[in-house]
Amino acid sequence: MKTDTIAAISTAMTNSGIGIIRVSGEDAISTVHSVFVNKQNRKCLDTYQSHTIHYGYIAEKNGTIVDEVMVSIMKAPYSYTMEDVVEINCHGGIFILQKIMDIVIDAGARIAQPGEFTKRAFLNGRIDLSKAEAVMDIISSKNEFALQSSIKQLKGSVSEIVCDLRKEILYEIAFIESALDDPEHISLDDYPERLFEKTEKICSRLQKLLNSADDGRLLKEGINTVIVGRPNVGKSSLLNILVGEEKAIVTEIAGTTRDILEETISLDGITLNMIDTAGIRNTEDIVEKIGVERAKKVVKEADLIIYVIDASVPMDENDFQIMQMIADKKVIILLNKSDLHVHVTEEKIYEVISEISKNDAKDSFLNRVKIIKTSMTRKEGITLFIKTIKEMFLHGDLSYNDEVYITNMRHKEALKDACESMLQVKKSIEDSMPEDFYSIDLMSAYASLGTIIGEEVGEDLVNEIFSRFCMGK
Amino acid sequence: MNEQVDVCVVGAGHAGCEAALACARLGLETVIFTVSIDSIAMMPCNPNVGGTSKGHLVREIDALGGEMGKNIDKTFIQSKMLNRSKGPAVHSLRAQADKAEYSRAMRNVLENQENLTIKQAEVCEIISKNIENNDKKETIKQIIGIKTFTGTVYECKAVILCTGTYLKARCLCGEAITYTGPNGLQPANYLTDSLKNLGIKIRRFKTGTPARMDKRSIDFEKMEEQFGDERVVPFSFSTNPEDVQIDQVSCWLTYTNEKTHEIIRNNLDRSPIYAGIIEGTGPRYCPSIEDKVVKFADKERHQVFIEPEGLHTNEMYVGGMSSSLPEDVQLAMYRTVPGLEQCKIVRNAYAIEYDCIDSRQLYPTLEFKEIKGLFSAGQFNGSSGYEEAAAQGLLAGMNAALTILEKEPVILDRSQAYIGVLIDDLVTKENFEPYRMMTSRAEYRLLLRQDNADLRLRKIGFEVGLVSKRQYDDTLNKKYLIDKEVERLKNTVIGASKEHQQFLEAHGSSLLKTGTNLAELMCRPELSYEILFEIDPERKWLSEDVIEQVEIEIKYEGYIERQMKQVEQFKKMEKKRIPSDLDYQDVSSLRLEARQKLSAYRPVSVGQASRISGVSPADISVLLIYMEQKYHSSR
Repeated sequence: MKTDTIAAISTAMTNSGIGIIRVSGEDAISTVHSVFVNKQNRKCLDTYQSHTIHYGYIAEKNGTIVDEVMVSIMKAPYSYTMEDVVEINCHGGIFILQKIMDIVIDAGARIAQPGEFTKRAFLNGRIDLSKAEAVMDIISSKNEFALQSSIKQLKGSVSEIVCDLRKEILYEIAFIESALDDPEHISLDDYPERLFEKTEKICSRLQKLLNSADDGRLLKEGINTVIVGRPNVGKSSLLNILVGEEKAIVTEIAGTTRDILEETISLDGITLNMIDTAGIRNTEDIVEKIGVERAKKVVKEADLIIYVIDASVPMDENDFQIMQMIADKKVIILLNKSDLHVHVTEEKIYEVISEISKNDAKDSFLNRVKIIKTSMTRKEGITLFIKTIKEMFLHGDLSYNDEVYITNMRHKEALKDACESMLQVKKSIEDSMPEDFYSIDLMSAYASLGTIIGEEVGEDLVNEIFSRFCMGK
Repeated sequence: MNEQVDVCVVGAGHAGCEAALACARLGLETVIFTVSIDSIAMMPCNPNVGGTSKGHLVREIDALGGEMGKNIDKTFIQSKMLNRSKGPAVHSLRAQADKAEYSRAMRNVLENQENLTIKQAEVCEIISKNIENNDKKETIKQIIGIKTFTGTVYECKAVILCTGTYLKARCLCGEAITYTGPNGLQPANYLTDSLKNLGIKIRRFKTGTPARMDKRSIDFEKMEEQFGDERVVPFSFSTNPEDVQIDQVSCWLTYTNEKTHEIIRNNLDRSPIYAGIIEGTGPRYCPSIEDKVVKFADKERHQVFIEPEGLHTNEMYVGGMSSSLPEDVQLAMYRTVPGLEQCKIVRNAYAIEYDCIDSRQLYPTLEFKEIKGLFSAGQFNGSSGYEEAAAQGLLAGMNAALTILEKEPVILDRSQAYIGVLIDDLVTKENFEPYRMMTSRAEYRLLLRQDNADLRLRKIGFEVGLVSKRQYDDTLNKKYLIDKEVERLKNTVIGASKEHQQFLEAHGSSLLKTGTNLAELMCRPELSYEILFEIDPERKWLSEDVIEQVEIEIKYEGYIERQMKQVEQFKKMEKKRIPSDLDYQDVSSLRLEARQKLSAYRPVSVGQASRISGVSPADISVLLIYMEQKYHSSR
């Protein structure tokens, strides 16, 4: 039996020097060959001997070169999975890996499930008995975890939209099926027109979701980054500059940002989940107090803290409190308003850190702190700030949750599949196919969307038919 | 008294008849027991065979060598292909039967079947002995015979239970309760206890039937006449289409109204269901009129079909208005319906309660997991409908016989037949009410059409021994002609000549830019095989059923291919058999719930396991790996 061809990024999703994408399955070699370019030598990859490595490029459909790569070929059964396996050794970096992955998927491979390579290796008899137990435990825990985390990490709105779309699709399937099972009671007159309209709406909603998936906004992925600082020091301005839109309200009145704002931004392929907190200071204002409490909570869960200080005024009690709160975090301190008269210098910061930390902790805190002078109004220091974040990421000071990244990819695939199925429904209507043909593709769309929120197709359809439509005999 | 036979079939309804015929035809000495010879193949409810998805079942039964299709072809009085305006997957044949004739004709077939004896007797006890199980080191039960009420023991190798609605049956018509089977027939009150002693878990279901009316009391002027098809298609692939072009009778359509609903609502407290007297669960899809009125309160009217019960009776069936309300309420309610104002009820509507089983106690062969040689089929398995019963009866009969003959049993999967879907659902899923076949239950219905049941299943029927060499050759020949014609159409080039363009223009089809072939043109919605005749001079005469297949194969190729792909994925898991000695307690990585469910229901394949509720995809991965580790690698 033919097995489908799977692909996955095999190296960790950090910005290491090289990355590997592994492709396995009967069409692995031809799939990679279709995206592989070697100008001197146009020989088919398949003609090479097993366990050879080949230099070339990976190109997009339009011919644009994406990366310079080495491709190694391992033919069945002498490979990890005992199927044909191709490994693309490319340059590291999430952006490149993601891009090449997209190209390989476009060429016909499917994204591997967690542990699928190992599973195949096992099923094909590659792994010996002693390892089996461990693999089983991993798969069982990993699947459960992946499902849980993928549902948890879906942004509320996305899972709501997916659920809603499924509900709408299910309603249509149920309607068609009921009419088929009970043609004497349920009429399909004018139905194709109605469905066509609905399908168009569903298509455009799917397309919107897909677009946002491209922006990486489907999941709360990325580095949890929290912006802290006293009121009116320029936190919201920073966020606005990075996001490029006026989301946070910026005014001269201290304490304008009363709640927490959240925005996902991508800096050259590194995704930051930015959280802007209310200005932290002791306050009597109840509304603002709630904001401060929440800010303290998000700081606790943060991967990275960006601490904005107004350099034009002296530090006060509030700054000391903030300092203590973030003492065990990775911190970038922005000395904002450095274009004005400067009260706070780098030296002053080091002083404060030394003051509040004990001996051992002091050194480690100092190691984790980077200080940059900025001016939000003049947009100075921003480039250096971005560069600093990238460096921290490259050095492994900040890491990426690759589980989330992969689920995001899988969701995107599922959305694509669903979209294609819905387009097929439209085509069936345009071709005046009989109504029962619609449900073939509606069902596929429903199933594809179901994989995103971890639900299966099954008995619920029958239940839906019963609950919504009167069946008679 | 002691008798020795091969197979005992308990019950002679639609399941029992097919089961007994299959066993006898495969050469086994078979006895079929019934409490009344006059109730053989009786239709105690609706007077039709087929209908959406049920028509598919009848076709499949016929392709496998069963009797139902042939019998209805002999005894129908009206026939209709439903859903003709829709896709070929949902075309479904339904025929009105002459009930008495249907029963008589089937009885005639049984009476003249070699190796088959009909016996009027109530079976009271199933006799078994303990044996060593080969697979596991434990003892299980093995059937050795049955005992009738009059004390005779029939020693046998297999028993097929087809008790229908007779076990501890109880009929309810309002406050009036009778302890009888359908139509006032004698119930079977002893067998349940014997089954319980064997360890079989019994449950209780209910179903119902509407009243029958005197034709002379009905005013048909107030109803819409429903005719049969002009050209009738036979159910059986072996029936000559010319033999079924008969004079047909009409059915009639009328509707309930607000007045009807008001009477029902005002008397709900006298309905045994709503008063809580009925404990059995009824079918949702075949609801009583009370259920419809309560559940669909906003519907102003419900359809009522008035259907003849036969040519030689004045009784008319009132389809859509089954009820268990008291007699006086029934009459008042029926008389609100246009055309029924003066109606006289011949038989009251009633609900019936009966003992049956949770069919997850069965293997997909329909043999009990815990009792070798004991098979069951039909309403006893928690299904409803004549066709569902007959389909199970045929498979249970086949498998009982094949087991005795020490051959491989037949298990149809969900991608092969509606029968496969039916049995898989019954033995895998939890059913809370009588199970009815529906097109929506079949995932791969574009492949499981009623028109290709012979192409799908004749081979299996032939290999089992229920389909003759001649019948099978006919199917092979048909297949050959279809393939050849599809091939020819794909290879017949149509150039962009003036003649061709004119032809296309005349049929409102877009003009050709380059040459194409006939198959491509056939895919256009506005063109068909018939229309293309004009530009296809090479065409040879082909029979209608061949043309039908050619047209479907070409027109729906893309959809068929997509569905075949789904089936391929599905088959992978279906092919992975789970050894019957697998001890799920050894599989430590399985979640507790999955371990319990799998141990309890012991699925035969990984595919079946994946359809058990409470078994997750992660559990399936674990199971696959465990199996590979234990059985595969050690080869």
